[in-house]
Amino acid sequence: MTEAWEWLRSTPLLGVFLTLLGYRIGCEVRDRTGAHPLAQPVLVAIVVVGTALWALDLSYEEYLVGGSLIAFLLGPATVALAVPLHREAHHLRELAVPMLVAIPVGAVVSIVTAVLTVRALGGGEALELVIAPKAATTPVAIAIADQLGANVSLVAVLTVTAGVLGAVAGPAVLSFARVRDHRARGLAIGSVSHGVGTARVQHDHTTEGAFSGLAMGLTALATSLLVPAVLAIL
Amino acid sequence: MINGLLWLLGCQLVGEVAARSLDLPVPGPVLGMVLLFGLLQWRRPHRDARVLGASDALLRHLQLLFVPAGVGIVAYAGALRDDALPVAAGLLVSWLAGLLAVAGIVVGLQRLTRRRREAR
Repeated sequence: MTEAWEWLRSTPLLGVFLTLLGYRIGCEVRDRTGAHPLAQPVLVAIVVVGTALWALDLSYEEYLVGGSLIAFLLGPATVALAVPLHREAHHLRELAVPMLVAIPVGAVVSIVTAVLTVRALGGGEALELVIAPKAATTPVAIAIADQLGANVSLVAVLTVTAGVLGAVAGPAVLSFARVRDHRARGLAIGSVSHGVGTARVQHDHTTEGAFSGLAMGLTALATSLLVPAVLAIL
Repeated sequence: MINGLLWLLGCQLVGEVAARSLDLPVPGPVLGMVLLFGLLQWRRPHRDARVLGASDALLRHLQLLFVPAGVGIVAYAGALRDDALPVAAGLLVSWLAGLLAVAGIVVGLQRLTRRRREAR
């Protein structure tokens, strides 16, 4: 028994299985609750996998042996966002100007407000560096953090949290602010909640998903260019 | 399926190599997305082409792919305990400000261009 367990700890099998199981439970919860905003499959899956790791006494690194196989697919999935964008291409031209203004401004607003809030509440400089790139998609935020010399794992955590926030509350906040245009909604979600937010709105409405994916890509670009400059000024 | 995956991974491959060898600040997969978009616009594939099928399949379960990074929250939550307030407030304030700024600018500029078009 112990031998089998030792083997299981070292194979990707367990991590992949737990991730799929957690996600499957998450989908079930979403469908049973009539797509309640809190019932995001990613959120439920994080809780399920986190609990399983604790119960089985597995470390995050051991989980990642399998988990990283799933995370690997983020790369091709990011490339795949070109497809919904291609389907919406006929809308792109009329939106070019609003988009090219809104996304860099949005990136600056995200960085400045994050850094200043942390500073005002006495978070310290290390924390400012960790929170500054969090609007960019996870792999990009990690790359930026690496350049700044910030704690890479914490950046990933904050970035995913910003994404989950968008998946859970983004559409409701936008509806409350009376933003009804699907393209504007998609662009706004993708700008602050990258892939996780995109995944949520993609499920709700394909136009929102396409523009969210586009905003995610452009925000990644804008954030990586702007974080060093903005931090230098602040 | 294999065809579709080959296109996706191929675009990512080109993107990753280009980003690294040209020292671009853009991540490889995002360059790959731009590349695939260009290819799709140029070739205009049929509605049920393989690339589109594989992409739709991946995007349908996009949330699944963020689970491993998300589990890190549970693993690293302890490291953030002392700074819980500045971190939570910073995330929330910045997220809300960014969201409303982008939505506001897009809606405002759309209205402006529409009005200008009507005035003509």
